[in-house]
Amino acid sequence: MNILVCISNVPDTTSKINFIDNDSKFDKNGVQFIINPNDEFGLTKAIWMKDSNNADVTVLTVGDSSADAILRKCLAIGADKAIRIDCEAIDASSVSKEIVEHCNEVKYDLVICGRESIDYNGGLVPGLIAGYLDYNFVTNCVSLNIENGKAKCSREISGGIEVTESDLPLVIGAQKGLVEESDLIIPNMRGIMMARQKPLEVLSAKNIKARAIDKKYFKPQEKAEVKLIKPDELDKLIDLLENEAKVI
Amino acid sequence: MGVLVYAESENNIIKKSALEAVSYGKALAEKIGSRLNCVVINCSEPNILKQYGTDKIFNITNDSLKDFTSRSYSNALQQVIKAENTSILILSSSADSKYLGAHLAGFTDGSFISNVVGIPDNLDPFTVKRSCFTNKGFSSTELTGDIKIISISANSFGLIENNGDGKIEDFHIEDISSTITVSNIEKQSGKVTIADADVVVSAGRGLKGPENWHLVEELAEVLGAATACSKPVSDMGWRPHSEHVGQTGKPVSSNLYIAIGISGAIQHLAGINSSKIKVVINNDPEAPFFKAADYGIVGDAFEVIPQLITKLKNRK
Repeated sequence: MNILVCISNVPDTTSKINFIDNDSKFDKNGVQFIINPNDEFGLTKAIWMKDSNNADVTVLTVGDSSADAILRKCLAIGADKAIRIDCEAIDASSVSKEIVEHCNEVKYDLVICGRESIDYNGGLVPGLIAGYLDYNFVTNCVSLNIENGKAKCSREISGGIEVTESDLPLVIGAQKGLVEESDLIIPNMRGIMMARQKPLEVLSAKNIKARAIDKKYFKPQEKAEVKLIKPDELDKLIDLLENEAKVI
Repeated sequence: MGVLVYAESENNIIKKSALEAVSYGKALAEKIGSRLNCVVINCSEPNILKQYGTDKIFNITNDSLKDFTSRSYSNALQQVIKAENTSILILSSSADSKYLGAHLAGFTDGSFISNVVGIPDNLDPFTVKRSCFTNKGFSSTELTGDIKIISISANSFGLIENNGDGKIEDFHIEDISSTITVSNIEKQSGKVTIADADVVVSAGRGLKGPENWHLVEELAEVLGAATACSKPVSDMGWRPHSEHVGQTGKPVSSNLYIAIGISGAIQHLAGINSSKIKVVINNDPEAPFFKAADYGIVGDAFEVIPQLITKLKNRK
């Protein structure tokens, strides 16, 4: 079985969010980049499927050479092969189309993406890929079992869990639950050494036009100082929630 | 050029998040100078949409749409979009609608934008504001493409009543074949869900153990709120994973978020940031959450919460 895991290179959660060039660009200066957490849950699941489904795992990102470090990390975690489509990732639509172009050349039975990235939070890439390729799609995926070419997936829905059955090929949007945080694989020295021998292929981009272009960024308004209420003045809290904030 | 809203329903009732999408759709239709149409799927009582300014309601009734799948619902909506020559589709940000929106955008080659927080500043070029960087930033984004799909962030626009013709028209769809089937749904009934709640009561390690969660549940009950928890609490198995809110858990975008005994790690704040009003109850005055809060109580949850429950009960 052939699995593609799409990886997004995102700023670590604790990063300071600043904008430069007249507020038209995210300031990468001093920012630590990591594998998007939702993608990492998916990658770990894919690595497990090497044993359970005899899978071959390729990781792919769309970006410039600054993303090579996280691809190497994915290889150290256990992916067999890495691909970088060489261009600046502008929007979900163009990124998805670049991935689709690759999927038309190399057939994958399963495409795993994170349910959303923690930087732009769009949650679009897995659905777009599925739509463009006319594949089945399950997002917010918390369990996946593939046997004899049939996939059984659980999706977290509002207030519960839904189980679906489908044929392959399939695209999933991974999240916590598919594997747990404690299952995430920390690369060991052997993995890191082996990663150096594994292929990291750089493909030229098709230069697909972006559809949604962020023209300007803003920061949220500065938050007013917290209003502290004494523990023995709870009536005051209720009054504020009722009459000032108007939320109860 | 027309604005279409997919008004999601559950058990024949139009969801509140859908009414917000309709309110938004109405404002946008007015800005464009067009009429507002809505589409409902297997919902026999869509009349409420009229009160939010809907001119025409397309009513789809079809057995093959009994269970939601993004593929079959995309297919149905695609047929309406084609027949009505729709250029803008509005969705709520419910789990199903966001799921559907991305898949549909792929099928239609439309452009989809999520987490939208305002009506377009400009129609040509079409520019909307959305939140990003887990609410630590916003972007003004220019959208191109013949079909634009906009999913609006929960509680960002509110419900605005308006008059519409509300004419209901049956819409027949062509056969839908799906290669994905829903085999089982397990759903808690009678409990407010985190996604739909106006108020969320959440607690962390400060509550000391699962045996103390009756405090959270009682407070949630008097407020009609959903219950949630921090990551360590779900990791330790005190509460189910489905209650975990934060970056890797469920996102919260409620009007009121009450955090009890949660220190406010950055990953937690990332998931609850878009809630409007945050109340923090913590015995540690240095807890980082106070910096993100609107109202705070430095005190012992085991004393504060029971009193708060009694006072809220007496108020009613």
